[in-house]
Amino acid sequence: MTRELELVPTDRPPGGDARKVADFRPSLMLGEHSLCPGCGEPVALRILLETLQDLGIVQRTIGVVGHGCYGSFVRIMDVDVLQCLHGRAPSCATGIKRMRPDTAVFTMQGDGDMVNEGLQEVIHTAARGENVTAILLNNGVFGDTGGQQTATTVLGQRTKTSIEGRDAAQHGHPIPLADIVASLDGVAYVARGAVGTAGSVARTKRMIRTAFESQLAGEGFSLVEILTMCPTGWFVGAPQGAEYMAESMEQVYPLGDLRPRVSGTS
Amino acid sequence: MNVAAPSVPQPQPQLQLLEGATAIAESAILAGCRFFAGYPMSPFTPLLEHMSRALPAAGGVCINVESEIEGVNMALGAGATGARAATGSCGQGIALMQEAVAEAALNETPMVVFNMARNQQDYFQSTRGGGWGDYRTITLAPKDVPEAVEHTQLLFHLSQLHRAPTVLYGDPLLAQTRVGVHLRKIDFGELPPQDWALDGTRSGTGKSRQIWTWAMGKATDPGLGPDGHWQQIAAKFDRIAETEQRSESRYAEDCDTLVVAFGSAAKFVEYVVEELRDEGHRIGWFRPITLWPFPGPALAAATRGVRRVLVFELNAGQMIDDVRQYADDRDAIRFIGGVSIHESGLSFGPLLDAPEIRARILAASAADSPTRSRP
Repeated sequence: MTRELELVPTDRPPGGDARKVADFRPSLMLGEHSLCPGCGEPVALRILLETLQDLGIVQRTIGVVGHGCYGSFVRIMDVDVLQCLHGRAPSCATGIKRMRPDTAVFTMQGDGDMVNEGLQEVIHTAARGENVTAILLNNGVFGDTGGQQTATTVLGQRTKTSIEGRDAAQHGHPIPLADIVASLDGVAYVARGAVGTAGSVARTKRMIRTAFESQLAGEGFSLVEILTMCPTGWFVGAPQGAEYMAESMEQVYPLGDLRPRVSGTS
Repeated sequence: MNVAAPSVPQPQPQLQLLEGATAIAESAILAGCRFFAGYPMSPFTPLLEHMSRALPAAGGVCINVESEIEGVNMALGAGATGARAATGSCGQGIALMQEAVAEAALNETPMVVFNMARNQQDYFQSTRGGGWGDYRTITLAPKDVPEAVEHTQLLFHLSQLHRAPTVLYGDPLLAQTRVGVHLRKIDFGELPPQDWALDGTRSGTGKSRQIWTWAMGKATDPGLGPDGHWQQIAAKFDRIAETEQRSESRYAEDCDTLVVAFGSAAKFVEYVVEELRDEGHRIGWFRPITLWPFPGPALAAATRGVRRVLVFELNAGQMIDDVRQYADDRDAIRFIGGVSIHESGLSFGPLLDAPEIRARILAASAADSPTRSRP
């Protein structure tokens, strides 16, 4: 079982005990991640794995992972995984869940994977009401290939393919995927969280839990979009990632439940 | 006067008059297919329609998908659980699926692809593929509906045996012809345990499974990685190329002219050759049953000492590339096929006709000045 962290607000540097907290990791994490300092994706992975343990569903869980920096998590997550083609995770998850309805199936996809390459797959999987949970790690940039514009890059954001900042006239508008999915029948739960602050991490973890509870109750498609920091792709220092995210992405993609679970207790 | 009918054991199974697509679908279900996903496209459509009715009744799932790309990836996901899964389409639809077919070959996920082609112009598509990486697809080309029924079950078996996607090369005649068939489950023997199949039970045990084209493994149990894994895949396809060749021929040992054809066209060729034999012509036929692996050694043997090797296929010349690789004497090869499409674009044209094939065989034989005679 996971331990609950006690978060005490302080302006002092961490003392000797802080190291023990940082060293603790869920037992489903088989090793260190290899992503950049300040990346939000390992935090998202951690709260996802902790949720599986909290719900006691680890040994009936199958992950379906797309292509992005988080693809390297396949090596460190102790979960049965199908690593699938770019954008197609919701389709693969459909095949898995239909053949093994007793399992808990999740996809892990980035914004490039789900909103660029796989927009069709996620929309139709949601509209079919497939009883799977999709996790969207949205950092508004192609991190794995070095910081190019994705469909969720916000206006004004600098990327290597919109170097002066995304301009609507030239590059079009960002797609609020979770809002679109929330509008579809067949969808049981949609929420948008973030991992920029301790508070948002805790709230996002509750969202993931609600999504899996909804899946376990057979209510249909659930999606949790998680805004994750990508200081490298945003050309900011690692410590500034969360602040940049709050000022840019969180203004365009407001956090909270976008389609609350109806039959649950969340 | 009532007379009790004598208790005679009925021959099983009974002969049923079925449309080809229906027979193939029923055979797939007999083979254990429990997942099917497809997008309507003629002449694949009736297979999807029948599956949508029959598969749920058999406890399976059939999904009318929004694209071929989603259909093939669903089948890949279903196959990854160890279920017998299939998809299908033709032409452009199969083209859209190529990325996932390659992926399934490289991450070793079994599935069957029903290519109910509109003609024979997709030989390269099926045997060379349009995906990426070093992979092949076992492709069976039945000559008629009864054989398609048998091939369907064999493909599910081979797919599981080799953990690889397999392809049925069908056509409009196979999809739409109504013929009498005996539907029965065929036993192809034992299969290795599915210890690779994802079911979630090993999650959290430190021995969780992964299906991953790159085969990097877990941090605690590293995999072969792309170099080692892809070498292993290449070696597997080398073995399959050796062991899974299938072909059929007649009169090869007693002919000057050998006609090579596949699929429905081969059935027409067979008929014409019999006719010409009856008239005293020294002629025979050879039919690759597996388009990949191509039965090269069998073709080499069948063409040994033959004066003319005539290749009849309904395309601009695709299988002829494989014939050229293996025929005993490449100079003896003549192409007598060609592009021939029905005006609808959806089926064979006038070249698939016995008198036309006969005329082409005779013309090629007359025009030829054989370079050597049979020893």
